[in-house]
Amino acid sequence: MTGAVLLDHGLLVASGLFAIGLIGVLVRRNLLFQLLSIEIMLNAAGLAFVLAGARWGAADGQIMFIFILVMAAAEVAVGLALLLRLSRRFEDLGGDAVSGMRG
Amino acid sequence: MVILFYIASFVALVASAMAVSRRNAFHALLYVVVSLLAVAVVFFVVGAPFAGALEIIVYAGAIIVLFVFVVMMLNLGPPAIQRAEGFLTPTMWIGPGALSAVLLVEMAVLLARSGDEAVSGTPVGPKEVALSLFGPYVLGVEIASFLLLAGLVGAAYLGAGVRTTGGDR
Repeated sequence: MTGAVLLDHGLLVASGLFAIGLIGVLVRRNLLFQLLSIEIMLNAAGLAFVLAGARWGAADGQIMFIFILVMAAAEVAVGLALLLRLSRRFEDLGGDAVSGMRG
Repeated sequence: MVILFYIASFVALVASAMAVSRRNAFHALLYVVVSLLAVAVVFFVVGAPFAGALEIIVYAGAIIVLFVFVVMMLNLGPPAIQRAEGFLTPTMWIGPGALSAVLLVEMAVLLARSGDEAVSGTPVGPKEVALSLFGPYVLGVEIASFLLLAGLVGAAYLGAGVRTTGGDR
């Protein structure tokens, strides 16, 4: 098994994970599950970077994965803080509860 | 060695599909942890051990714990106690436990054959990653630190609002 075939199959797995996360974002109406699905999508993107970096023995893929990790950590901190605010205010975690704007 | 890659990928796909289709948040979090561990095994197999360790430490160890904290904060109140007993029924551990057992066997096989090379090319260890991260990519590190600071300030501001305003408005 050569590395190129492995990279192809790995990219298929990454796109499958990304599709599962995208379906989760689109189908689930609970904001907590949507955040979890976004984490799965970011993880799939990181998997694609690491696989591409490992294909040519370069460290750049892992470095991009670290940047994705930092971005996911910041995103989930702000997202969960917003989720707590919404749950206190609306007693409901559905995305439709916050679809209206004032004014 | 290649078969380990396919088994771990299959476990990751199954666990992710189960995670987005669960009704209960705790069950979904368990499956997400299994998915992240499976992706970490994929990283180890393809020769990126540093990324695999970071996947376990930061994703499964910090981000998912943050999710668990928030789920527990959302479930305050007397009805949550009856619901919490329903969370921990023995049958719900079978799925994540079985998938994790598959990953454990894979890790045992990997450790037993630790003299071998990675599947694709030579492994890229933490030293190469660190040298490149603080060499050509040092500007990215600075930008990442700014992003983390912004996330910290934003989360602190929003979280402080939860405590002071309480449940009103």
